Amino acid sequence: MDLIADIIIVLLVTAGIVFTIVTVIGILRLPDVYTRAHAASKSATLGVMSLLLGVFLHFWWNEGHFSIQLLLGIAFLFITSPIGGHLMTRAAYMSGVEPTKLTIGDDLKEAVIEHRKESNKNTPDDK
Amino acid sequence: MAFQILLNFFIAVVWMFMSSSLTPSTFIIGYLIGLLMIIMTRRYFSGRLYIWRIWSALKLTAIFLKELIMSNISVLLLVIKPDLSTMRPMFFAMPTELEKDWEITLLSSLITLTPGTVVVHVSDDQRTLYIHAIDVDDVDEAIDSIKNTFEKAIMEVSRG
Repeated sequence: MDLIADIIIVLLVTAGIVFTIVTVIGILRLPDVYTRAHAASKSATLGVMSLLLGVFLHFWWNEGHFSIQLLLGIAFLFITSPIGGHLMTRAAYMSGVEPTKLTIGDDLKEAVIEHRKESNKNTPDDK
Repeated sequence: MAFQILLNFFIAVVWMFMSSSLTPSTFIIGYLIGLLMIIMTRRYFSGRLYIWRIWSALKLTAIFLKELIMSNISVLLLVIKPDLSTMRPMFFAMPTELEKDWEITLLSSLITLTPGTVVVHVSDDQRTLYIHAIDVDDVDEAIDSIKNTFEKAIMEVSRG
């Protein structure tokens, strides 16, 4: 029983470390801010989540301490990290960061131009 | 749905008072009896029996965890590929049928955490999501897969 518990914990922590390393490699290798956001918002979330889950299970099964803070940490990370990724990519796009040359299509550009026109029409030009 | 759960709790508490033993096991027995009563009188409630909704929420969680792990494996494979210039990122628009704010927030969080997609912008009328995909072969296929898994599952949770 102890052996199985240890195997699960070691697997979880290893997976967490592997995914965190993937995040770092992704941020270094990928060409632009949008593709880097993929690596940062996904792999980092799962990596830290499985690390925390491994720590939680270790303290629960081996030390007999049921830590609710760790579970809360997992839940909060789960809620906040996709929103962080979304806000960073959106801020980058709206301030005009060019996507990489490899990008094959951009449906958002027209929508943003359209929207800018609309809002310029509606706000009086008082400069 | 919230009303049905509250009613069920209330019946359980009444059962605890009636049997004058305030223990968790009495509460569980009372809760099961209340559930039975709600099932018997369910045609007086608007909407589905709340257990189905909880069941579809659980199904959504399961789908989501599966997709999260798949997406991380695909990012891993993409990142360690020796030649990154074959990758084809793209911004595409996806129409959505979801209406309530929390549904759209949930959908965009799920999209952001799953295979190769990050939500960049939600249009002002909330009918379209603009998504950045990291490696897209076929846009329609990508849209279809999102619609068939997440949008359907979210609708199943929210619609009575």
